[in-house]
Amino acid sequence: MNEIILRAENVGKRFGGFTALSGIELEVRAGERLGLIGPNGSGKSTFTNCLAGAFTSHDGAFTFKGQPLAGLTSHQRARRGLARTFQLPRPFRGLTVIENIRVPLAYGGRQPATDDAAMACLEAVELAGKATRLPKELTQVELRRLELARATALQPALLIADEAMAGLSHTEVDQILALLFRLNASGTTVIMIEHVMRAVTEFSQRLAVLVAGRKVADGAPADVLAMPEVEEAYLGR
Amino acid sequence: MSETAMTALPAPAPPRRMGHASFWLATAAAAALIILALRGIGSEYAYFAATFVLQYVVLATAWNILGGYAGYVNFGAAAFFAAGAYTTVAAGKALGFGLLPCVGLAAIVGGILGFGTGLLTLRLRGAYFAIATLCLSVVLQTAVTNWSYVGGSRGAYVIRPRDVPFGFDSYGGYLCALAVVLAAVAVALARTIETSRLGLGLAALRDDEMAAEAAGVPTLRLKLIATSISGAMMAVAGAPLPYLGSYVEPNSAFGLAYAVNAIAMPLIGGTASWAGPLIGAVLLASLQQAATVTISSAANLMIVGVVLVVFVCVAPHGIIGLFRKRI
Amino acid sequence: MDPNLVLLLNGIVSGLLLGGLYAAAAVGLSISFGMLDIVNIAHPAFMVLSALLVALLWSTTGLDPLLLSLLLAPVFWLLGAGLYSVYHHFFERRGDEAIQGLAFFFGVMFIIEVGLVLTLGPEQHFADAAYAATTWRLGEIDLPLRMLVPAATAMAAIGILALFLRRSFTGRAIAAVAQDREALRLLAINPTHIKRLAFGISIAFAALAGGALAVVQPMDAWSGHIFIGRVFAIVIMGGLSSLGGCVVAALAFGVVENVTATFFGPSWSPAVAFGCLLVVLAFRPQGLFGRMA
Repeated sequence: MNEIILRAENVGKRFGGFTALSGIELEVRAGERLGLIGPNGSGKSTFTNCLAGAFTSHDGAFTFKGQPLAGLTSHQRARRGLARTFQLPRPFRGLTVIENIRVPLAYGGRQPATDDAAMACLEAVELAGKATRLPKELTQVELRRLELARATALQPALLIADEAMAGLSHTEVDQILALLFRLNASGTTVIMIEHVMRAVTEFSQRLAVLVAGRKVADGAPADVLAMPEVEEAYLGR
Repeated sequence: MSETAMTALPAPAPPRRMGHASFWLATAAAAALIILALRGIGSEYAYFAATFVLQYVVLATAWNILGGYAGYVNFGAAAFFAAGAYTTVAAGKALGFGLLPCVGLAAIVGGILGFGTGLLTLRLRGAYFAIATLCLSVVLQTAVTNWSYVGGSRGAYVIRPRDVPFGFDSYGGYLCALAVVLAAVAVALARTIETSRLGLGLAALRDDEMAAEAAGVPTLRLKLIATSISGAMMAVAGAPLPYLGSYVEPNSAFGLAYAVNAIAMPLIGGTASWAGPLIGAVLLASLQQAATVTISSAANLMIVGVVLVVFVCVAPHGIIGLFRKRI
Repeated sequence: MDPNLVLLLNGIVSGLLLGGLYAAAAVGLSISFGMLDIVNIAHPAFMVLSALLVALLWSTTGLDPLLLSLLLAPVFWLLGAGLYSVYHHFFERRGDEAIQGLAFFFGVMFIIEVGLVLTLGPEQHFADAAYAATTWRLGEIDLPLRMLVPAATAMAAIGILALFLRRSFTGRAIAAVAQDREALRLLAINPTHIKRLAFGISIAFAALAGGALAVVQPMDAWSGHIFIGRVFAIVIMGGLSSLGGCVVAALAFGVVENVTATFFGPSWSPAVAFGCLLVVLAFRPQGLFGRMA
């Protein structure tokens, strides 16, 4: 079995008096495909933001590739191979598609920021034909692909795909899924945060479930989905 | 599939950009031509008017490095400009420095001031940063007004040296040539930043700081670099001011005319590229210079205000944006 | 009593009175900047516009300056509503609010100020109220009516505004627009209308504050600059959209400024006040009374 690439120990986050996340323990192995699910407001995005360094403080600790992440800013984490996409695509609106990719290439420090490297990233998500367009000229699914291309341009060891498929059609979901499978086959560990259950079950080797800021289940997808507390959280009973 | 898409829809190759070295050479050639042309006209008024316009080219270009590239609005341009002017006064009085070393010193003072402002305020977003720079301007003006060594509220006189350096026909001609050189350097520097890795990072953080961080951009460091360079250049723009009028006092050096022009010129020209502030500064400063002669000095400030408001409403991407469909 | 203590007490009391005026200025901005998220840099320029108009009207009619500013308020409300319509049309609707919007208000400020210089000249103007020369004395403490009446009027106006925001349907809609635009749509209230109304109120308050200022001190066309930092400082320290926080911050600001002026000379007072703001911005951007984001 592969080594552990990410370990979260007792991670918690409070906003004022509201506890968004508490006592999260999670281990992810290199090359794994993990699905992280839970109802709205269960703390999935808060977890992502803590892990990616978007929040400056939280309880507990993360260890990534054997090194603690505490004290590292977002961009330092990104350079160490921890990439994320945003729930709502956040392209650089003033930059063309190819320039959007040049940013992580120039600052990620893993590849030269050449046009060839940028085009290669775009070809991988089938956006090469739109290289000189602006983000506002792209469709929803193209924006999601751009978001993924920008993350993968960092050549990350771990990718957190935060609801990369929400609101997409059946075939579009399949396209994004294929992309993530390809990425995983080339060695990237993927944490998929998703509401589209068909995609999560098809993709994940393991499922972790958050409810009200706590992890209530962690295991093989079929077992987890059969658990009564998971069913309860999802059906609201 | 991507292969066919590529051949069917050949991505239009980005227009070949001029390299950094060729651009600096071209700017130097343009500067030399302008100096020669002005020498040909040879009138003191032409020198004065050209210097007036060129100091605004430097100021507007400097403002745009932070305001246009990084998207942080600095309302305190006048403070940096005045810091440069007063560096000249203080260094001239205390150390007997001539204008050239004062320009270098002003760059250092402005850079430190910019760095300090950045350190104190760049964790603030948008409007808060703008307001903080406005406050900085008031604090600095209060300090200078109370600093009797540089004349306090009464102002200070600076006497032009009798002998004109480098074989220029008059001191006005020398000041004007210096202004040409400073403007050329400012424009070339801005263009270099714009087309470099730094410019790409600034453009990314201007659009979305969180996404820029996630893409590996060290946003805080880049912003500090931008405030320092921008501050240094604005102070350099102000350094020759005492020699231009032979007299400075806080109310004029910190005058709102500088602050509003520094903002209006890039916005009118277009903030996305080095050419924007250049075009805006040349147009607006020439207009003001003409209005000062023909109408009154208050009226020319009115022109700036009206032109600014009309432009941000009707042409939010400036003159350059009107010609460029892409934006 | 120890003369220094008397000086300090008087400094604090007149600082509180000054703070009352600042509160009137800042409350208007708290509506536009704090609640509507519109960075109206031109707010102090509107105050100056009102102050000079009041001075002008006072010298021709001889009416009480505060009454005049009250009469001007509806006109300013219209002005504010119109300005908001322009801002909404060109910036808010386009989503281009950041740099262009800031520059827009900066330009408006400039046009007002230069317009005043061109029409009324650069010199100082003031309005003398009938009570201006009277001073009440409480023991060792002076209470000049020139300060007390404008400050009390300002406080009364703020009280009425607070009641309006809390009790009336429209007032609560204004408070709600700050929280959630979509919620208003569900209630079939057009947020643009509400914001236009609120921005008008904000500018009407600038008229009141201007009238009060004209009584207290002579004003010229550029007087607004010194107020930009002050009022933004107060609104930010007060936690943006809280009227109570705004008033407390204004009073504190007035006291700090006045005591500094008493002991170190008036030319230092702005520096101290703005220094405070820079420190607040650097270390506690959500304001002294604001909650953590």
